[in-house]
Amino acid sequence: MGARVITVTSGKGGVGKTTTTANISVALSRLDQRVVMLDADIGLRNLDVVTGLENRIVYDIVDVVEGRCNLKQALIKHKQFPSLYLIPAAQTRDKTAISPADMLDIVAKLKPEFDFIIIDSPAGIERGFRNAVAPADEVIIVTNPEVSAVRDADRIIGLLEAENKEPGKLIINRLKPDMVKKGEMLSADDITDILALDIIGIVPEDEFVIPASNSGVPVTLNEDSKAGLAFQNIARRLLGQNVPLMDLEQQPGFFRRLVKLFNG
Amino acid sequence: MNNQQEQVSIKGTKEGLLIALSPSEEWLSITKELAEKLDEQSAFFSGAKVTIDVGARPVPKYELSSLKALLERRGMLLSLVRSESETTLASANSLDLRTFAIDNSHLEDTKIPQRDRDNDDRGDKPIDSEEAGTQGVMVKRTLRSGRTVHSRGHVVVFGDVNPGAKIIAAGDVIIWGKLRGMVHAGAEGDDSVIVCALDMNPNQLRIADHIVTSPSEHQRQVMPEVAFVRDNQIVVEAWT
Repeated sequence: MGARVITVTSGKGGVGKTTTTANISVALSRLDQRVVMLDADIGLRNLDVVTGLENRIVYDIVDVVEGRCNLKQALIKHKQFPSLYLIPAAQTRDKTAISPADMLDIVAKLKPEFDFIIIDSPAGIERGFRNAVAPADEVIIVTNPEVSAVRDADRIIGLLEAENKEPGKLIINRLKPDMVKKGEMLSADDITDILALDIIGIVPEDEFVIPASNSGVPVTLNEDSKAGLAFQNIARRLLGQNVPLMDLEQQPGFFRRLVKLFNG
Repeated sequence: MNNQQEQVSIKGTKEGLLIALSPSEEWLSITKELAEKLDEQSAFFSGAKVTIDVGARPVPKYELSSLKALLERRGMLLSLVRSESETTLASANSLDLRTFAIDNSHLEDTKIPQRDRDNDDRGDKPIDSEEAGTQGVMVKRTLRSGRTVHSRGHVVVFGDVNPGAKIIAAGDVIIWGKLRGMVHAGAEGDDSVIVCALDMNPNQLRIADHIVTSPSEHQRQVMPEVAFVRDNQIVVEAWT
């Protein structure tokens, strides 16, 4: 058995990989899953910042690979969510500091201890991307409703196909329903028409996200945030629950009532 | 088969281009002919991975490196050197090129296949009423952004051609799906070829030397269409 290994990737930068990784991981841990987040973005580490764990770092993934510490020492336990852990990236090195084989090795050691290993991939299609997807059982592709992000997602899907990985699931992040309505933004249908992937979540643009990331408290903890709710729903879907995509036209108050209705 | 000894033969393979250089002719005249052949169809060859087969010829390092540069100037990448000469293989190794040692018996296979050949290579086999056909490539999946298909024959895609994907073919291109990427049919100059798709919306379409871009999307009807050259320009009609 062991953990499900899910890599979050996108091709294009800035579409919300790290935000997605942090929020899905927190949401899963709140659903009593044992989760470890693995930051594969060596040299540009962020996952520790958005999860509020930056000041707890002693060792990082490169220290593990180069033998300066063992794996347990690099695992940072989240105080608020005791079943959530992070292995941070190194900030001083670059992607060549570790190899896909190192990633396979680390993941194999973590697998028995966890239910989920969520890997935050760097942008791009080079070594860092290959490191991040090498150990993946499943891939989540994050894209934004804009042509360039979809183009890059398409490229990533092609590369995953070439490596015989599973086709992956799609998250459309930062969707603005009113812009879609006016025809100024790609709709979910426009995107799946090109990418031909199943959508596991649509996350609306939400002004709560940036302050949440800045303060290290992922937005999924904010009960007033539509984006936060969308991430909770994605976590539920990952656990096999049948949660319908939310109707983004509605007011947030309605959602909360709906969720309470479902959860009793 | 050796009715006329060609100095340079260029052949498309699954891995890219196989360029066979005559083992006996003057090296300078061979590279000159190679450069001319490549320049005739530069659009077609650009971006190709190349295997060079020099047969028994011992090629010193400086000659091989200038050949590599000649290809690189045309946007091509020398990836493999085939030879039976130790000297050539050593030159290739010192330039960090992959090598493949061959023996004489394979040299016979390095001729260019003619595009519209009526006769099968195995001449002793009688051809019955079957069409001989032209070589082509069948792609049984969607071509995603960043993918390129090169063929010296026809290309058939059973799937979509997404924006950012590219097909370059000497012959026709038939897409059983949506065409939204770039297609260059007749890339070796044949403007009698056709391009068809179930939904024709390429970001750019080329047939031989002609280029068109798609009109911006307003109320475009989705239907199978075929593109070809008429009166020196590309026209698109319903595919019936």
